[in-house]
Amino acid sequence: MPKKRVAIVGTGQTYHKSHRPDVNGQELINEAVKRALQDADLTIKDIDAVVIGNMDHFEGINYVDCWSVDGSGGIMKPVIKLTTGGTTGSTLAIGGYQLVASGFFEKVLIIGWEKNSESDTTGAITTAFDPVWDRLVFAGAISGLAAEAQAYMAKYGATEKDAARVSVRDRKHACNNPHAQLRREITIEDVLASPMLADPIHLLDVCPRTDGACAVIMANEDCAGKITAVPDWIWATANRHKYTYLGDVNWGELDSLAGASREIYAKAGIREPKKEIDVIELYQPYSFAGIIWIEDLGIAERGKGAEYIWSGATDMGGELPINPSGGVIACNPIGATGLIRCAEAALQVMGKAEARQVPDVNFAISTGFGGCMWSDMLLHGKRKPDF
Amino acid sequence: MTAKENLVIESKGSGQPFNYAVGMYGSKFFKELRENRKLLGTKCPKCGKVYVPPRRVCGECFVEMTEFVEVGPKGIIGTFTILRYAFIDPETGEQKPVPYGYGFIRFDGADTLFQHYISIEDESKIKIGARVEPVFSEERKGNVKDILCFKIIE
Amino acid sequence: MDRAAVIGVGITKIEANKVKETFADMVWEAVNKALEDAKMTIDDIDNVVTTSNDFWDGRTISCMAVGDASGARHKNVSCVEGDGTFGAFYGLSRVLSGSYGTTLVTAHSKGSESVSSLITNAAFDPIYDRSLGMDMISACAMQARAYMHRTGTTPEQMAMVSVKNHGNAMLNPLSQLPMNITVEDVLGSEMISDPLHKLDCSPVSDGCCAVIIANEKRASQYGSLPVWIKGVSFCSDSYFLGDRELSKAKSLTQAAKKAFSMAQISDPLSEIDVAEVYDAFTYQELMWLEAMGLCQDGKAGINLEKGYYGIKGKLPVNPSGGLLSGHPVIAGGLIRIAEIVKQLRGEAGAYQIAGAKKGVAHGVNGLCGQSHCVWILDQEK
Repeated sequence: MPKKRVAIVGTGQTYHKSHRPDVNGQELINEAVKRALQDADLTIKDIDAVVIGNMDHFEGINYVDCWSVDGSGGIMKPVIKLTTGGTTGSTLAIGGYQLVASGFFEKVLIIGWEKNSESDTTGAITTAFDPVWDRLVFAGAISGLAAEAQAYMAKYGATEKDAARVSVRDRKHACNNPHAQLRREITIEDVLASPMLADPIHLLDVCPRTDGACAVIMANEDCAGKITAVPDWIWATANRHKYTYLGDVNWGELDSLAGASREIYAKAGIREPKKEIDVIELYQPYSFAGIIWIEDLGIAERGKGAEYIWSGATDMGGELPINPSGGVIACNPIGATGLIRCAEAALQVMGKAEARQVPDVNFAISTGFGGCMWSDMLLHGKRKPDF
Repeated sequence: MTAKENLVIESKGSGQPFNYAVGMYGSKFFKELRENRKLLGTKCPKCGKVYVPPRRVCGECFVEMTEFVEVGPKGIIGTFTILRYAFIDPETGEQKPVPYGYGFIRFDGADTLFQHYISIEDESKIKIGARVEPVFSEERKGNVKDILCFKIIE
Repeated sequence: MDRAAVIGVGITKIEANKVKETFADMVWEAVNKALEDAKMTIDDIDNVVTTSNDFWDGRTISCMAVGDASGARHKNVSCVEGDGTFGAFYGLSRVLSGSYGTTLVTAHSKGSESVSSLITNAAFDPIYDRSLGMDMISACAMQARAYMHRTGTTPEQMAMVSVKNHGNAMLNPLSQLPMNITVEDVLGSEMISDPLHKLDCSPVSDGCCAVIIANEKRASQYGSLPVWIKGVSFCSDSYFLGDRELSKAKSLTQAAKKAFSMAQISDPLSEIDVAEVYDAFTYQELMWLEAMGLCQDGKAGINLEKGYYGIKGKLPVNPSGGLLSGHPVIAGGLIRIAEIVKQLRGEAGAYQIAGAKKGVAHGVNGLCGQSHCVWILDQEK
């Protein structure tokens, strides 16, 4: 049992767009912070500590925790930076949970942000990998993901069309989300006809490049219920950042997500995730992941991911909607992306997801993905955890 | 408030140069590659897994590896893609020439994969499981470019 | 705060250039030293927090390099970017939350691989400050000037910090720059950025530190001597140098007050037996002592002249030799914690402070001490 149970009591997102030259980084951060405070009906004085993160080389700013205080509201408060690559946003959510659960702080403000327009995204991601061994051929996130897709297709026979169905789903869902960047429906034909980036990944299979920030406020059990009528309780968190070199990865399945999800199911006593989970916000940066990773989550059997997608089960109105927000394929400010998944899952539990609301959500999952095929995961619940 | 003109400050050319240490394990690998066109991995004394690139710690067992074993030079494609989109190469600051074959090679005798270029002369032959061999550079300097690329054989 | 303790520490030798070693090699050494010190195996570690900085490491997602070497393959793991004291704080939180019984915390950097001034220049605002060519040394020189102006601290007093710390380092086999020097040597060394001479500045260093934190139940389970964590707090000041009262460290004062209050220490000066503070520059040791309430404001230089801060003084400060004798950024603050742990266990060897029972360790983030983290450690539960 944690020292203090923890809930999300407010969330805020910026107007996400491919390029936001109207604001500098601090101002972008502040836009999300103000909205989260407003959502929770709190002021910055109520905040006991700030947890912030991004990926340094997208903006080229060292010591972002220090630089950002004018936007984050962190002046004369404890401010700490966490960063783990693509998983940064979910890592921040887990960090916020830990800081509140420890009893150190009552209310913590968590901020993920990125201005991806300020550098060459693929170039910056390439510097994430080993300078001696990996940088020569590695070409950013898409090249690694293409390697995964190829391995999965060779093993299980999935097709580019199967993957396209996932893009179509997420882009359709995004139309319901005012914060999504790409809010236009596409067809399977559109995906298959879009330029091939790295075989078998087409342009419309992958996430865009986005400027945006997300802020989430977590509070302990002593005050969460006073701040909001329906807090989003954090039931469990887990992560696996298994690999140091890409060549060590077990390509074709995401064993980091399998490991993290099994730990969470065991902690929360979940036996049949497909039945017990009501909605998933999956950090799914490209379409093939929508097929492969639901297998690692134990939602679909190995090799049956595509079949489950085609059944419509993961669409809005299906038995287990995935990415009602439109997900990462519709919006991807990288350092914020994992935290947006967390915020969107919270909105679902709190019943505040408006046009993208899934009815009667008792349990939601949010995930993070990044680094060397790493995964983070949080389990959100309407009921206060009984452990 | 809206600004009439949104200004941008460019920081082109303000990169930070680095001297990355290759380490004892990598240095041994590159010396062998440069001088003898041989490829080395390290073998875990506990699980027996052979790692390329060679490194000190078996992450799975958390034990130190000291035994070097020769691997390859031939191997198979573990997985691959063909890169077709342009991006800025952070190592040079220039646009990376595309398309190129990007492969994960499993050397004979190794348990992990080694990233490198795959020659794309005939794209139809690039498949998972296809056999490949390295094309060594004539002038070798002790880095990963001492292998030019891998080409399909048989 | 519930009870928790540091039960194992490991520090590599601090060197100017560990050219033979990768980040992972350094981490492997420090982690194994810490495990051995704690009488544990990696299986006893419930979770891992690594601490690194993408700029200093020249690599986005710098934590990726050290996952295997820190034994994180099948464990929950996270990464703090900042000084090691902040990483240790997160590691402690993960224990106090009840999620884990033990946390392994690592912090590493290799200053030898980059051009330090370019790395710290990147900490300046890209819109307003960076193109002026500012770096950590030039900014701290301005802070030193402001501090000297306000307090009357003299260049000779600052030089005495260097003399003391390099001298202490003669007793520390892990130190990079043990030196028997005089005030004249410091004042005669190259002027780097007025008023800071070369010997007023810490060197560029490579090194790594690992620390193991455990909850009360696990702390006594393995047979090492636990050192108890009584108070921890951190706080950030404003960002722009012009927004701050640069000659004072307001955020440090607040962090220290909170940490001492958690530890139920009302008179730090009489209760603290030893301090390891973040002396990246000579004047900082004096300034931080005052801001922390370990010395009357403006009097640290005079007290230093009286010998208060020597190994045999009233309040020994940086008996290990401090950062002036070896400064692996990021690891810097975690090494301060590890050094206090050694002191309170009576294991500091030639620089042991006799009878040390309570100690303070201190870390810094950002430019000119924008953000500080203060740890109060105690021999007793």
